[in-house]
Amino acid sequence: RTAQPPLRERDVWTSCNVNCGGRCALRAHVVDGVVRAIDSEADTAGHAATACLRGRAMRHRLYAPDRLKYPMLRVGARGEGKFRRASWDEALDLLAARLREAIDTWGNESVYLNVGTGNWGAVLSNSCSSGAPTISRLMNCLGGHLRSYGTYSYAMLEAALPYTYGGAWVDGNPITDVAHSELAVFFGNNPATTRMGGLGVSHDLARALRRSGTRLIVIDPRHSDTAATFADEWIPIRPGTDAALVSALAHVLITENLVDHDFLATHTIGYDEDSMPDGVPAGQSYRSHILGLGPDRTAKTPGWAEAITGIPAERIVRLAREIGAAKPCYIAQGWSLQRQANGEQNCRAVCMLPILTGNVGIRGGNTGAREGFFTMPFAGFPTLDNPVAASIPCFMWTEAVRRGHEMTATTDGVRGVDKLPSDIRFIWNFAGNCLINQHSDANRTARILVDETKCRTIVVIDNVMTASARFADILLPGVTNLEEDDFALSDYATDIGYVIFARKAVEPLFESRSIYDICAAVAKRLGVGEAYTEGRDRAGWLAHLYEESRRLLPGLPERMDDAFDTGIFRMRDPEAPRVPYAAFRRDPVANPLDTPSGRIEIFSKRLWDLGKTWQLGPDERIPGLPEYVPAWEGVEDPLRRTYPLQLIGHHPRQRTHSTGDNVDWLRRIERQELWMNPADAALRGIAQGDMVRVFNARGAVLIPARVTPRIAPGVLSLPEGAWYAPAQDGADTGGCINVLTTQRPSPLAKGNPQHTNLVQVEKA
Amino acid sequence: MLKRPAFHVDMQACTGCRTCVMACIDRNDLPEGILYRRVVEYSGGTCSRNADGTFAQDVFAYHLSIACNHCQNPICVRSCPTGAMRKDEHGIVSVDAKLCVGCRYCEWGCPYCAPQFDAKAGRMTKCDLCRDLLEQGQPPACVSACPNRALHFGEYEDLASMFGEFEVVAPLPDRAITQPNLLVTPARNARPSGSRSGCIRAAAHPGTPRNDTT
Repeated sequence: RTAQPPLRERDVWTSCNVNCGGRCALRAHVVDGVVRAIDSEADTAGHAATACLRGRAMRHRLYAPDRLKYPMLRVGARGEGKFRRASWDEALDLLAARLREAIDTWGNESVYLNVGTGNWGAVLSNSCSSGAPTISRLMNCLGGHLRSYGTYSYAMLEAALPYTYGGAWVDGNPITDVAHSELAVFFGNNPATTRMGGLGVSHDLARALRRSGTRLIVIDPRHSDTAATFADEWIPIRPGTDAALVSALAHVLITENLVDHDFLATHTIGYDEDSMPDGVPAGQSYRSHILGLGPDRTAKTPGWAEAITGIPAERIVRLAREIGAAKPCYIAQGWSLQRQANGEQNCRAVCMLPILTGNVGIRGGNTGAREGFFTMPFAGFPTLDNPVAASIPCFMWTEAVRRGHEMTATTDGVRGVDKLPSDIRFIWNFAGNCLINQHSDANRTARILVDETKCRTIVVIDNVMTASARFADILLPGVTNLEEDDFALSDYATDIGYVIFARKAVEPLFESRSIYDICAAVAKRLGVGEAYTEGRDRAGWLAHLYEESRRLLPGLPERMDDAFDTGIFRMRDPEAPRVPYAAFRRDPVANPLDTPSGRIEIFSKRLWDLGKTWQLGPDERIPGLPEYVPAWEGVEDPLRRTYPLQLIGHHPRQRTHSTGDNVDWLRRIERQELWMNPADAALRGIAQGDMVRVFNARGAVLIPARVTPRIAPGVLSLPEGAWYAPAQDGADTGGCINVLTTQRPSPLAKGNPQHTNLVQVEKA
Repeated sequence: MLKRPAFHVDMQACTGCRTCVMACIDRNDLPEGILYRRVVEYSGGTCSRNADGTFAQDVFAYHLSIACNHCQNPICVRSCPTGAMRKDEHGIVSVDAKLCVGCRYCEWGCPYCAPQFDAKAGRMTKCDLCRDLLEQGQPPACVSACPNRALHFGEYEDLASMFGEFEVVAPLPDRAITQPNLLVTPARNARPSGSRSGCIRAAAHPGTPRNDTT
C-alpha cells in the first residue's frame, strides 16, 4: 500500500471547532468537490495551530455514515428514534407553529436554548453555553427566551471564586510562567489531554518545563497523561477531598510559620480574628478554623486529612514545606475538582495555597485558578436584547421542565426573578448533546423527556444521529463547519490570539443547512424576517462582521477574500507576560479588588449570608470559609456500604466530550473502557479486558475493564462523552457515564457534580 | 532526498496523544487493523493501600510513538524470499506490490512490527516515509502533525548531533538486531531496554512490539 499522491488541486483553510479548549487550523484537500485528506498548519516557530488527532479525523466526521440527510419529524414515542422524512417547508412550518403556540400559551419564559458546544469556535454559527447567537437573536425578535447561566465545564468555579477574588471570572497566570517558578503543583489539571492543540497549554507546558526544569507535582485520583509525561511526582487523592488536603497543608504552613504574614495583612480579610468582617461571631476566621479554635474544635492536622484524602500525613507535611519554601510557586487547578458535590469548596480551597504563601499577582506565581490566556477582540453576531429577565442555572433545565413554576431564587438558583413564571415547554437543542448524553442521570432525563404533557416541542439541529437527536420532535440536518464559511476564534492559547478564516470546503451534504438560514426561515414565517436579517443574507453578515472586526483589529487584510486565502491571523498579547492582579499586588489601596472589602476575601460574608438564607439540604452547607465540606455521595457517605467505589469521568483523547464518538477512526485509537485498580479488580475476579457491569441506583453500564495501576484503589474512571445506548434491559452499552451521575446540583452554583458518584462493579 | 533518513522521538514532550497515528491514517487511508505508526503505553508499578488505608504508589507510564525505522540492517529485507522488500538508495524500506506474495516472513522478523499484512490485498504494507512528501522536501505526515513537536525527521547524523545518541528504552528491542534509524530522548521516567519493570498496557491496536507485551 503506497501513500496517495499529493493532493493539491484545491487546498482550503478551515478549522476544528470542537469544545476542547483549543482551536486548530485544518487544511482540507478538495478534489472534485470531495475532501480527500486533512492536514493542518505545520510549525512556524512554535506558533502553528497544529491540529490534534480529533481535528485530523474530520474527514470521517464530515462523511460519517450517520449524517442526518434531510429534515425529519418524529413518528414513534419520544426518544424511540422513529422518524419520517419531511420537506424543509413542512418541518419549518411546524417548527414556527409550535414556537408560536409556546410563546402565546406559556410565554417567552417557556422557551429554552439548551447548552450546545459542538460548534464552539465559530462566530456566526457558534453554538454556545447560554444559547447559540443565531437562535438567541431569533427568539429576541419574538419577545425573548428563558436565560441560563453557568456551564457544564466550570459552573462551581465560576460561581465560587469571585467571592474570593471579586469580578466575574478569576484569571490565572499563563502556563509559561512555570518556567519562572521553583515548584508547580497541579490539582487535577490534565492539559496533555484537555488542551492538546499545537498552540495549546500542553505544548507550552512541555516547553516551559524543558527550559526551566521546574519540579511539577500532580495531585489527581488518576495518573493522567500530564502526570505521566510531565510530573516529577504523582500524589493520588480520593475524589472530592481536595479541600481537606488544602486545610492540612494550611495547618503545616501556619504552625511552621511558612505563611506570608505581610501579604495576608495588607491584601486579605478573614485570615485571623483581627481581619474579620463585621457581624460575624468570634472564632470564624480561617486561622481559627484550621487550628481547631473554631466551632468544630477540630484541628485540621495532616493526620486528620490523611484519613479523608488517602494521602499519608508525612507526605502532606513535606508537600506543605515544599510549597512554603518555593519562591515563587505556581499552583493551579483543573476543573475536575470543582465538578463535585462540594466543588465550590474544593476550588476556593486550592486558591488558599497561593494566598497563604503570597504567590498572587507575581511572575511565576498564580491565583490557584486555571492557567490564563489571551483573547483577541473580534466582532460577534449581535443577538439583540432579551426582554426576559428570568435565568436558570444551565444544569437545572430538567427541573425547569418538570417543575419550573416551583423554582425560586433561594431553592434553585433562579436569577432575575424571584420565581419562574413557567415550566420549559419548548427546547432548542443545536449542536449539543446535553439533551440526554452530557446531562446527568440519563435515565431520569429520558423519563422527563418522554412525558409530552411537560415539554411540548423539542427541536434538534445537528450533523449526525446523536443520542440527543433521538429525542427530537423536529430533527433538522445542520451543516458541519466544513460546509460553510465562518471565522473561528482561538481559545486558551496562552499569549497568542488568532482567528482562522475558515472557508467552505465542500457544498452542504444532502439537504443540510446552516443554522443562520434555518433561523432566518423561521423568522420570516413568524413575521420578523426583516428584523432578523436586517436585509442581509449569511454572506452579507459575514462581510459585515468582518468590517466590524477590522475596526477592532486594524491589522486585518482590507479584503475579506485575502483573509480567507491567508487562513489564519495571529496577534501576540501586547501585555505579555500577563500577570493577573499585579496592580492589586503592588498597591491594594489604589487598585482594590471588586469585592466588598476590596481585598481577597478568605472569609466571604456574602457567602456566609447566602448560607443562612438559601434553602439547603441537611447534608449541604455554604460556609463563609473555603473549608472542607464532605460531599454527599462522597468518600464519607454511609452509602459506600452499598456502593463502595467512587466514580469519576476523565476526558479521553479520542473524543471531545461527546463529539467524535461516532467516528470510526477515533474509535480505532482507543476503546471506551472503565479504568480500575488491580486491587479492586482482583477482589471481584475481574481481569484486563473483561466485560463488567458498573452500577448504582440510577442505572448500569456494561463496559470492558482496563485494569491499570494508573488509578487509585477505590476509584473508577469512565471517560466522559460516550453515547448513551440503552439495551432492552435498560443497561447502557455505549459507556455513557451519565447513566450513573446524579441530577442533584451542588449547593451554591446549582452545578453538575459529575465526578461525585458512588457505584459498585461486578463481572458481567 | 536524504541518505540515511531517521526519526527522533522526544519522549519528554510526547503525551501519547496519537495525532501522529491519525495523520498517518488520514494520509494513507489506512483500513482497520493496519497502522504504519503506533503509540504504545509502557507502564508499571503499583498504586495500593497501606495498612492504614493511605495510598502508596510507584507508578510510572510513558508513551512511545513508533513507525518503521528504515533500519540499516533491515531484517524484513533479509527475510523476504521474493525480493519484494528492499531498501533503496534514499534509505527507504518499501514493498514492491508486484513481487510480494504475502508470506508474512518480514512481519515475523521485524521487532518493530513495521510490515503489516493487508488481508484484502493479500500482501504486505508499510510506512514509506511519505515518499511523495519527501520528494517535495517535506517531512513525513506524522512528523509535521505532532502538536507538541515531539517528532523530528532528518539525516541520522544531523539528528544525532542535535539530540545526541541515546540508549534505547523499554519496550524497544536491542539496537543490534536491525540497527534502526531511530533516536530517542528518553522519558524522564524511562526504563532501560530489556527491563521487565513494566508492560505494554491495553494494546488495543495491532503492530505493538512483541517483547514485553501482556
